[in-house]
Amino acid sequence: MKLSVLAEKLALKPVTAMYDKEISGVYISDMVSDVIANAKPGDLLVTVQIHNNVIAAANLVDIAGIVVTQGKLPSEDVRKMAEKAQIPIFSTDLSRWQVTTMLYEAGVR
Amino acid sequence: MNENRWSTGEPRVPWEGAEILYSEIYQIVGDDFEHGGEAAAKIKAILKQFGLDNTVIRRLSIANFEAEMNVIMYAREAEMQLQVLPTAVRVILSDRGEGIPDIAQALQEGYSTATPQMRQRGFGAGLGLPNIKRNTDEFEIISTPGVGTTLRYTIHLQS
Repeated sequence: MKLSVLAEKLALKPVTAMYDKEISGVYISDMVSDVIANAKPGDLLVTVQIHNNVIAAANLVDIAGIVVTQGKLPSEDVRKMAEKAQIPIFSTDLSRWQVTTMLYEAGVR
Repeated sequence: MNENRWSTGEPRVPWEGAEILYSEIYQIVGDDFEHGGEAAAKIKAILKQFGLDNTVIRRLSIANFEAEMNVIMYAREAEMQLQVLPTAVRVILSDRGEGIPDIAQALQEGYSTATPQMRQRGFGAGLGLPNIKRNTDEFEIISTPGVGTTLRYTIHLQS
């Protein structure tokens, strides 16, 4: 499923420029070492962590995009870094669990 | 000097005198969270240019990120040297820092000395060294308490 389609279905707010991609799966974690070791290329990362080291880790393992939950917003520096890596970030007020169920309902399996 | 050593994997290429196709050194500064992951990103870009297998690039990137963040979190400074060989890629990371008093303990999954601030940023899972071990074919730790730590890790390329 395309990131743009998911963003619309879940009413996710883009906080960076959009780099539309097909996502191959989802990984949900707030531990950086867990993300880098276990997320797969093309995964959508759902997390509350939104600092530059997470973007660096996401970029190293080719994460397709990031959904930041609980209404958190990345700083300007983090947004620029994500744009340089062409990893779009979306924000939502929903919890990780709510995002998870909505992703499933949207057809992400 | 009470040096602690630990290693795993069967050494295939000698550390001295091996043919090196490409080598580069990156500086890492302790507490520099702002640039955390940049050395790993630069190395990834170079390995892509060499046309290495994606799995090899991924494994080395994971090891490099963990090693780099370890310096930023626990050491004062370090040099990270990438070496591309005909049959392997490897990294030598030498830091000046407090060293690792008990390497076996540091290698245990879940063991961490991260501060609350580090944990807030999503570090401190106790997965750093285990992630390096899991993603490399050879891994050696040489640490002198009060002086610093050297990590050497290698990924073999399939012929």
